Amino acid sequence: MPGGSLCSPASVFPDSPLLTSVRPRKLCGADITSTSRARVGAPTSLEPSILASPRPVLSTDGNRKWSKRVLSTTLSGLQCALWVAVTLAASPSTSVAQEWPYFVTYSHDMEEPGNLEIAFLSATGKPLGGNRFVGSTLEFEYGVKGWWTSEFYLDGQSTFHDSTIFTGYRWENRLRPLLREHWINPVLYTEFANISADKALREVVGHDGKADLTNPNGEARQEKEREIELRLILGSNVGGWNISENFIAEKNLANNPWEFGYALGLSRPLRLMASPRPCGFCRERFVAGVEMYGGLGDRYRFGTRLTSHYLGPTLNWKSPNGLALSLSPQFGLNSYSLPLIYRFGVSYEIGQALGRAVSAFRRGGTR
Amino acid sequence: MIRPRLILLVFASAIGLLAAANGTWLKEVPAREHARPNPLRGQPDAVAAGGRLYAEHCAKCHGKNAQGLGKAPSLRSLRVQQQATEGDLHWLLVNGNLRRGMPSWSKLPDPERWQIISYLKSLGP
Repeated sequence: MPGGSLCSPASVFPDSPLLTSVRPRKLCGADITSTSRARVGAPTSLEPSILASPRPVLSTDGNRKWSKRVLSTTLSGLQCALWVAVTLAASPSTSVAQEWPYFVTYSHDMEEPGNLEIAFLSATGKPLGGNRFVGSTLEFEYGVKGWWTSEFYLDGQSTFHDSTIFTGYRWENRLRPLLREHWINPVLYTEFANISADKALREVVGHDGKADLTNPNGEARQEKEREIELRLILGSNVGGWNISENFIAEKNLANNPWEFGYALGLSRPLRLMASPRPCGFCRERFVAGVEMYGGLGDRYRFGTRLTSHYLGPTLNWKSPNGLALSLSPQFGLNSYSLPLIYRFGVSYEIGQALGRAVSAFRRGGTR
Repeated sequence: MIRPRLILLVFASAIGLLAAANGTWLKEVPAREHARPNPLRGQPDAVAAGGRLYAEHCAKCHGKNAQGLGKAPSLRSLRVQQQATEGDLHWLLVNGNLRRGMPSWSKLPDPERWQIISYLKSLGP
C-alpha cells in the first residue's frame, strides 16, 4: 500500500503522552518497539526507558484521549492483520487451513508436511482494578514431517493507559508417536518460551489469575520468564466431532516449581457433507464448539484451589482460498479469573511453502 | 569385514524404501476396511463436491489434475484407480502414510472423505 497506509508507523503508533520514548520498529504487529534516542537522551534498550519512566498521572481528559489513541492503535493493528490476511487470500497459491476453533487447546492433527500456516491471534480482557489489555501472537507453523510440526511465535501486548511492548518468543514442537489413527491419539508437545509481561494467555497454568494481569508493564517486565512447557495432547475425531484434551506441565527455569494446567475442546462442522457448488458461507465452512481451560496449581499445591478457569463457545470460518477466522468469548468461571476474554484469530495457510520458495529460487538462478 | 555388511544394509534399506514407495500401504489395510463400500457411489453431486474438496485439500501436493507433483504420487495410476478399492483409499485418508509424507485426513468428516474418493475414482487412469 502507498505511504499513508493503515500499516504505516504513524497510524499504528500515534504519538502518545506516555510513550514518548517508545516508537515502532516493525509495522502491522504493534508488537515490536524500539527506543528513540533523540527524545530520551541515551537509553540503548527499551527496558530501562520503560522502567525509568513512572506511569504519568493524567487528567480525566488526558486519560480519555489516551484510551482513544490506544484503542485506535489496537484497531489499526487488527486492521493491518486483516489487510494482510485479505491480501494473502487473494493470492492464487493457497491451501485451505482445516482448523478447529480452539485458542488454547491443541488437537492431534498435525500441519501437512511442507505447509506453512501464518496466524495472528489476539486476546483482550479487563481485570477488575486494572487496565484493558490486548495480547497478540504472530504464529508460524510448519509441517516438517507428517508426524512432526514445528511452530514459532512472536508475542506482544498493548495495555491501555500503559504501553505497547514486545513480550518475547516461543518455539514449540509437536511429535506424533503413533503413525496410525486410533480412537484416541497422543501427541507430545515441547515448548521453550522466553517472555516477560506476556498477556497473550496461550495457556493458564499453576495459580495464574487476574492479579497477574494488573501490574504495569514496567513492573511486569522485570520478571523474565524462561520456561519449558510440556503437553500431552490427546485427540479423537469421531463422527465429525473433534474431542481434544491437553494436560500441561510448565516450569520456569529460574528454579520455580512445576505448574500444571489443562485445556479441553469439543467441536464439529455445522454440516458434514460438502456442497457440490462453490460457496463461501455455506454451513460446512463453519466449525462451532466449546473450549475450557484452567490451572491445576503447582507441585506443592496441586488442585483447583486459587486457580482460574475459563469456558466459552468458539466459532471458526474458513474461506475457499485459505483464510480462516476464529472468534470466541470466554467467561471466567470463578472470582480468581478474568470476567471475560474475547479471542480473535486470523490464519492463512501456504501450501508447500518450502517447495515454492526453492522453485522460485531455482527459477531466479536460471535467469 | 564391515564394508560388505554396510553395503548390504544400504541395499536392503533402498529396497525397503522402494517397496514403501510402491504402495505397501495397500498390504496394511485390514480386510474389513478393504471391503468397505462407498455409500456415495454413483452420485454425481458427490463427484462434484469431491472435486471441490480435492482442489482445496489435495491439489497442492498431487497437482490440479491429480497427475502427481514431486514426491506426491499420481492419483491416476493403476494402483489408485484399479488395485485399490474405495475402502482402501478411505483407510489411507483416515490414517495417512505419515512416514511417506501423506498426512492423516481424519479431521475431515467421513462423508467428505467419501466425496473425495468418488471424485478420484471418477478420474480414471
